[in-house]
Amino acid sequence: MFARVHDAPVRSVRVTVDGRLVEAKLGDSVAAVLLAEGVSPTRVSAVSGTPRAPYCMMGVCFECLVTIDGVGNRQGCLIPVREGMAIETQQARREAGR
Amino acid sequence: MTGIGDLQAIYDVVVVGAGPAGMAAATVTANAGFSTLVLDENAGVGGQVWRAIETTPVMARPVLGPDYWAGQDVVRAFRESGAQHLAGATVWSLDANREIGVSVGGEARLISARRVILATGALERPFPVPGWTMPGVMTIGAAQTVLKASGLYPSGATVLVGCGPLLWLYAFQALQVGAQIQAILDTTDAGQRRQAVKHAMPFLRSPYLGKGLKLMAHVRRKIRVVDNVTDVAIEGTDRAASVVYRRGGATAADRLMADTVLLHQGVVPNVNLAMAAGVAHTWDDAQLCFKPNLDAYGGTNVTGIAIAGDGAGIAGAEAALERGRLAGLAAATALGADPHRLPDEKAVRRSLQRYEAPRAFLDTLYRPAKAFRIPQGETIACRCEEVKAKDVTATVEIGPEGPNQMKSFLRCGMGPCQGRLCGLTVTELIAEQRGVPPGEVGYYRLRPPVKPVSLAEIASLEKSEAAVKAVVRS
Repeated sequence: MFARVHDAPVRSVRVTVDGRLVEAKLGDSVAAVLLAEGVSPTRVSAVSGTPRAPYCMMGVCFECLVTIDGVGNRQGCLIPVREGMAIETQQARREAGR
Repeated sequence: MTGIGDLQAIYDVVVVGAGPAGMAAATVTANAGFSTLVLDENAGVGGQVWRAIETTPVMARPVLGPDYWAGQDVVRAFRESGAQHLAGATVWSLDANREIGVSVGGEARLISARRVILATGALERPFPVPGWTMPGVMTIGAAQTVLKASGLYPSGATVLVGCGPLLWLYAFQALQVGAQIQAILDTTDAGQRRQAVKHAMPFLRSPYLGKGLKLMAHVRRKIRVVDNVTDVAIEGTDRAASVVYRRGGATAADRLMADTVLLHQGVVPNVNLAMAAGVAHTWDDAQLCFKPNLDAYGGTNVTGIAIAGDGAGIAGAEAALERGRLAGLAAATALGADPHRLPDEKAVRRSLQRYEAPRAFLDTLYRPAKAFRIPQGETIACRCEEVKAKDVTATVEIGPEGPNQMKSFLRCGMGPCQGRLCGLTVTELIAEQRGVPPGEVGYYRLRPPVKPVSLAEIASLEKSEAAVKAVVRS
């Protein structure tokens, strides 16, 4: 569970997470939005299907892999949100065709 | 520079990483008149230590503190130098001819450089304890990243576990924004405290002392600190719910409820790109990691490739700046720079010495305990392929002597993170089981691409006539 400091007026950006409309902030990474929204797990592991969520937030652990605008296995912590972005958590053990 | 289309085919200097070392190196070479490009996979400059320095929503300056805001001057000098910066740029290959494979937004290019400076920094040391793969468990660095970049702080019951300067700095920052930190479970090894005394003098004279003591005293007044923690396990079903821990000598375990568990036990060089480019590394027993073999300017065994910053061995942001300047100076000199357009090397070295001298104390004091580096039993060592500690130790018994052979048996290090989160753990597990030093066991053999790149990106690369002739039958 994460909250935001109420410091600066930051422009909002609307994205969807698994189809649900979510208000993100300009400057957020995709993984930060998932943390702010309490989305958990953000994927399940490819080997045994255990729940996972962002771990390092700096591009090294690959735990925050999500599907962005239809492209799977993107590193959510490295990709800034854009207006209208469609984010999907990766909940199936294998997603053939992606 | 906004997109991959703006890239030239060749630059005098390409720097990988826009943190302190990368910006400082690029500022030197650009000021000396050389075309300089900085590639960084993040959205902005600053690296990890000054992450989001141009965009952070955390406006109250005391929260992130003067060491964070000091980065503004470095960024200003970098911007004024005329060095080009391409954000969101993932470097996935570098070879001995200094050809660099880079992708931006799903498009790839190959570019060349007369000199390459790797400033890929550090990553947090793996912290393999039971339950560390569960949602709700992150690194302290990760929590600090979302604070800097998005102004996010953990709002539920939070427990910090581990040791090192970053733990105390983050606790201080999180307190100021209102995070509810239940406790700090300090895993600093009691024996290391005694050992560290030997190295205390340079630390006592360093700029770190005053800052560190003030920070720790403040945090200890506000947060319960449990010292000498020797065992940690995170429990929960779908996500972290509690932390079970034991103090040195105690037989009974204690339990703390926690929605968020933040782990940290220091940082280690991010070696993937350098190793894949053929840079030789050696095990460093003081910092318990592999470090590149470097000359006094960060130069490596690969001609024209240098390493600056924490990727050269952990020394912190201020030392990274000076190491960046030295690497920039050497690159510019090799390219024939006018010495009058370069910084004063003696001054740079004096400053570097000032920030490197206290490291022995910090390295000794915060040397992570064996129990937190070399896991046992069911604890996951390789998060991607879900390889348990006991699998690695049992497999050593049937033959493999190093991490590369271990891959064939267990797939450890073969998942998407390419060994970044298990490399040191697997090396140390094998070394422990074999009873040999980690340097003898070695590290994963790393190869390009060091970051995932799609076949479409590779297929879209411009092909030279020679490359086409190599595969097309006429």
